[in-house]
Amino acid sequence: MTGTPYPGARRPDRQRFVDSDGIRLAVWEWGDAGGIPLLMAHGGFDFAGTFDVFAPMLADAGYRVVSWDHRGHGDSEHSPLYSWHADLRDSLAVLNSITTAPIPMIGHSKGGAVLLQLCEARPHRVSRFVNIDGMPSRFPAPDVSDHERSRMRESEIASWLDRRRRSADLMRKPGTPAELAQRRGRMNPRLSDAWLRYLVSVGAREDADGWRWKLDPIMRPGGFGPWRPDWYLERLPGFPVPLLGILATVNEQMGWGTAKRDLEDRLPRNAELVEYPEAGHFIHIEHPRGVADLVLDFLS
Amino acid sequence: MITWLQHYRIRLALHELRGGAGRALLLLHALAERAPQALPPEFESWPGPIHALDFTGHGASTVPRGGGYTCELLMADADHAVDHLGGATVVGRGLGAYIALLLAGGRPKPVRGAILLDGPGLAGGSALPGTPQILAADPAAVAPPDPLALVELSTDVRPPDYATAYVRQATHLSDLDAPVHVCAVERPQWLRAVVEEPGVRETTLDEALAHYAGVT
Repeated sequence: MTGTPYPGARRPDRQRFVDSDGIRLAVWEWGDAGGIPLLMAHGGFDFAGTFDVFAPMLADAGYRVVSWDHRGHGDSEHSPLYSWHADLRDSLAVLNSITTAPIPMIGHSKGGAVLLQLCEARPHRVSRFVNIDGMPSRFPAPDVSDHERSRMRESEIASWLDRRRRSADLMRKPGTPAELAQRRGRMNPRLSDAWLRYLVSVGAREDADGWRWKLDPIMRPGGFGPWRPDWYLERLPGFPVPLLGILATVNEQMGWGTAKRDLEDRLPRNAELVEYPEAGHFIHIEHPRGVADLVLDFLS
Repeated sequence: MITWLQHYRIRLALHELRGGAGRALLLLHALAERAPQALPPEFESWPGPIHALDFTGHGASTVPRGGGYTCELLMADADHAVDHLGGATVVGRGLGAYIALLLAGGRPKPVRGAILLDGPGLAGGSALPGTPQILAADPAAVAPPDPLALVELSTDVRPPDYATAYVRQATHLSDLDAPVHVCAVERPQWLRAVVEEPGVRETTLDEALAHYAGVT
């Protein structure tokens, strides 16, 4: 699919599939096949096509940019199960399909956090790492009392379990492309309607009763589990590869809310943080040229 | 007799081990086990019907491709069974004991007591994450159970305060005075924290069954 025209957007030059323990992952590549390989990971509820403006800028600078749709996202297979560890394993399967040599990596949001852990688990496979608004912050809400947190958690769990019970016939809601763009705009309030319409043309499909996002309908924001973001922070001083963290400065719903001051005292010698002015969570979409220049400078 | 329950893309096998009237006892197996094919004698004193569930990737339930197991997913497996049975007292071995505890906190009304027994997978991975890993299946493993289930469900992190949050929910929101009974001898860190909480009793299986058989 070519996509509705959008200034600067370029669909990938190549597409292929990678098998991760039986799950078919859609892998996308921009740039010359003989270019310097670079692995890029999108955030939760996104897909590789959200890099259609940003990735070509790196491709035009000589990189072979390789990204993939996370399981259940974009054109990758809807999986029976989803988990953090499954996404991490998928990222390694894609990396293994590119090269055994260490290469640079870029991740946005959840994709940044997944690649952060890939760097920690396989530092010999990574040369440099750029994290775009996916750096952990300290555990929030220390002022919530134990009792309130308990009540809050119960309603979250019950609502999640209710959804699993009803899941047998879950379908994403159909609509016109304009309606899909409008719905996505609620999660991405700073992105233009023209861009959201472009994303619909790439990340949605037309069924008999209307358009639907390709995303697996079981996906939803939020969730719960034993994971604590401060565990990442404890390991940050030992982070094993050169790191550039690009942080949003305007808080919004999907943002991670991580500020430079939260991380500064934990940074290893080869790490730097940049707070990007006037930028929400999707920094590389709001300011593709500026972020590409930062990244190219860091990688050179 | 098997009842099939659909949990999104997974078909779960719920085995009836003994019929009857009254509140059901739901058995949750341990890591890499499956539902028993006949009623184990230690549960015979239960007055009502007795059922046993095969978790995702185990026994007669679907073995999915690609892994992605979490204890929270298994809690939702067990929730499907409790919903089908119209409420139950839940007894779990090993991994199933931890799942029984989660569900007691997640569904404090329909779960009429959770009984925690020893068995494989009681400890989980650790209280805090260890060295970051990328989990892969043993290619020589014999399935079922799903080899990815074995590796993912034996390395999960179980912080004591995560486990106690579920106990507190069970205690606050259930009308039972002791919604959790611990009969396990092995004491991983999460379980050591759990037994210190109000509403948790350390006892024998016979006493726990008699206790929950006696509450309405």
